[in-house]
Amino acid sequence: MPDTTPGALGSHDEAHDGAHDGSRSARREDIVTNPDTSVDISVEEVTDLPPGKMLEVDDVTLRFGGVTALDGVSFHINTGEILGLIGPNGAGKTTCFNVMTGVYQPTSGGVRFMGEPLGRRKKFEITKLGIARTFQNIRLFHNMTALENILVGADAHHSTGMASALLRLPKHRREEAEGMDRAHELLKFMGLERRADELARNLPYGDQRRLEIARALATNPKLLCLDEPAAGFNPAEKVRLMELIQTIREQGYTVLLIEHDMRLVMGVTDRIVVLEFGKKIAEGLPAEIRDNPAVIAAYLGVDESAS
Amino acid sequence: MNAVRNFFHSIRVRLGKLPRWAQLVLWGLVVLLVYLLPIINPPFLTTTGSDFGAVLFSCAMYSLVAIGLNIVIGYAGLLDLGYIGFFAIGAYTVGMLGSAHATLPLILLVPAAIVVTMISGVLLGAPTLRVRGDYLAIVTLGFGEIVRLVLVNSGWTNGSRGISNIPTPPSIELFDIPHISWQGLTAFVDLETTTTFLKFSVTDSVPYYWLTLTLVFIVLFLDWLMQNSRVGRAWEATREDEDAAELMGVPTFRFKLLAFATGAAIGGLSGAMFATKQQFINPENFTIIYSVLFVAMVVVGGQGNRWGVVFAAVLLTWAPEKFRFLADGRFFLFGILLMALAIFRPQGLIPPKRTVRARKAEEEETEILEEGHAHA
Ligand SMILES: Nc1ncnc2c1ncn2[C@@H]1O[C@H](COP(=O)(O)OP(=O)(O)OP(=O)(O)O)[C@@H](O)[C@H]1O
Ligand SMILES: [Mg+2]
Repeated sequence: MPDTTPGALGSHDEAHDGAHDGSRSARREDIVTNPDTSVDISVEEVTDLPPGKMLEVDDVTLRFGGVTALDGVSFHINTGEILGLIGPNGAGKTTCFNVMTGVYQPTSGGVRFMGEPLGRRKKFEITKLGIARTFQNIRLFHNMTALENILVGADAHHSTGMASALLRLPKHRREEAEGMDRAHELLKFMGLERRADELARNLPYGDQRRLEIARALATNPKLLCLDEPAAGFNPAEKVRLMELIQTIREQGYTVLLIEHDMRLVMGVTDRIVVLEFGKKIAEGLPAEIRDNPAVIAAYLGVDESAS
Repeated sequence: MNAVRNFFHSIRVRLGKLPRWAQLVLWGLVVLLVYLLPIINPPFLTTTGSDFGAVLFSCAMYSLVAIGLNIVIGYAGLLDLGYIGFFAIGAYTVGMLGSAHATLPLILLVPAAIVVTMISGVLLGAPTLRVRGDYLAIVTLGFGEIVRLVLVNSGWTNGSRGISNIPTPPSIELFDIPHISWQGLTAFVDLETTTTFLKFSVTDSVPYYWLTLTLVFIVLFLDWLMQNSRVGRAWEATREDEDAAELMGVPTFRFKLLAFATGAAIGGLSGAMFATKQQFINPENFTIIYSVLFVAMVVVGGQGNRWGVVFAAVLLTWAPEKFRFLADGRFFLFGILLMALAIFRPQGLIPPKRTVRARKAEEEETEILEEGHAHA
């Protein structure tokens, strides 16, 4: 039996090894339950939002010593849309996520969410405001079960503290029940129900990716930011995930999507923002981006030489 | 090891099938047996070189320590190498307010010890928990030594002379319980050796054992309540990946501080028991080696599993007494066993049940395991 080592030093990389591992994908065939997109995962506070600009990135510059990772980037996300954020490797897409979620403070410029500047808010406060994300390199809580991973996400809008927990006050019971309902709803939606009691680290690669999305959704985000959610997937799996993301949008969520695969991005997004070397080089409808000479030169050129 | 685990698992499954009342009766009997250990003196378990009641008291006291430190290390993933500092503060709070500077009764001293250690946990944690991993280990290591050095050098705490005449818990002498002694495998009642229920005195450790054991059960229950809640999940998420936890809405600093303070409070409670049992404390009771031993209990037992760390605390307290005749060979053996454990079973003797549960998830026996858990 492969023994698992709990503790602070859990490896984050091994999930990647499983991606093309034959035995794991064989196992995946047995147990995989398909996403059930008929499950209602919408929440009122999200679906009731008025139309308009949800998030505005305003002239953001971020320097790491000599490297300018973001250089005067401005764009916005409208409520209810899927915005694609694309660009060649090292363009600054992930860095942009990090600025929006409070991981980095911009050197200059700022981000406004629902009209309010994020300022120096802490990461968890921004999550509570309604921005949730996934990670380019999967960062689940590896020694917790799939269910518990989602419960942690759902706890973002809970407030049970030590006293309520020790005395099992009604608040604790109400929030536990609410979290459980939400978690099972999301597990079903993502097709992970059979995996509920498995440790995150033991899940097949694709399930780990979906679990990350479920965990982010559990926080009831107004804006869901996905950082290359289909990385490591085969083309068929990618298409299925994109369909899933569209369903998520149909249920009322606003989505910001980083994805390398141009064709895929064209198919699912409403608008696209293109970054290159930290600068925004284009913004517009997918059709406009496809025909934009700067994008073709910068992005497609790199993409083709890389593949 | 697998065979052992499967054996226990099958027992648990079979127990789970019993009706609820039978399970409760069974658990009641086990608990009663644990309480009666110093009376029964079971042939293999009992220690010949040292008073069995006193050994059991130490087992219970260090179990408290292990449960507290398990919250800090096992749940929240904070390596605290100065836990003896909190134990010492708990013991000295009792000594100072019970004998040296005031004469409060123990019933007030114990809560005082808890509050004072909790505050000292917050004071130490607030500046240090902002830094990560290695720094915390170094700072806490320093803290443990600083507490001891302050105790040695401060006239206020009587320096290295220590504090004596620490009050005992109030006694209510109801009846005498004769002990059982053994000749080979035949038991007979030893009317000479009795324990008075409940008389706390220097000569009889058994009532202290009962008191501390009761505290162990209470703290285990509280620990279970905490772990199975938003608080416990936040701790574990922080341990697993602090940044990801923060980005999922966990105020990690606040929860780390809470883990630190809670752990400290339990360490202080344990120290208070030590003080009232010994009735005399001095700084030499709180050397750095104990911090190391405490961490060993948590690591050996299986970080994150309350039963695992209690088992290890009992084992690491009882075994050196049992094998007293080996003299210094014990410590050599201990070192060898620790190394073997690190190589062959790095997750500890009894790692958190969740890994087991996850392994068995497909057998759909989770409910049974939960049941067993709930009776803690
Ligand atoms: N913490 C950091 N310190 C220094 N440089 C950094 C840091 N984070 C990112 N960078 C630099 O910023 C630039 C943008 O990186 P970023 O990860 O945002 O790119 P990306 O668009 O997400 O690329 P990819 O498609 O490879 O994920 C890169 O040149 C990177 O080396
Ligand atoms: Mg990136």
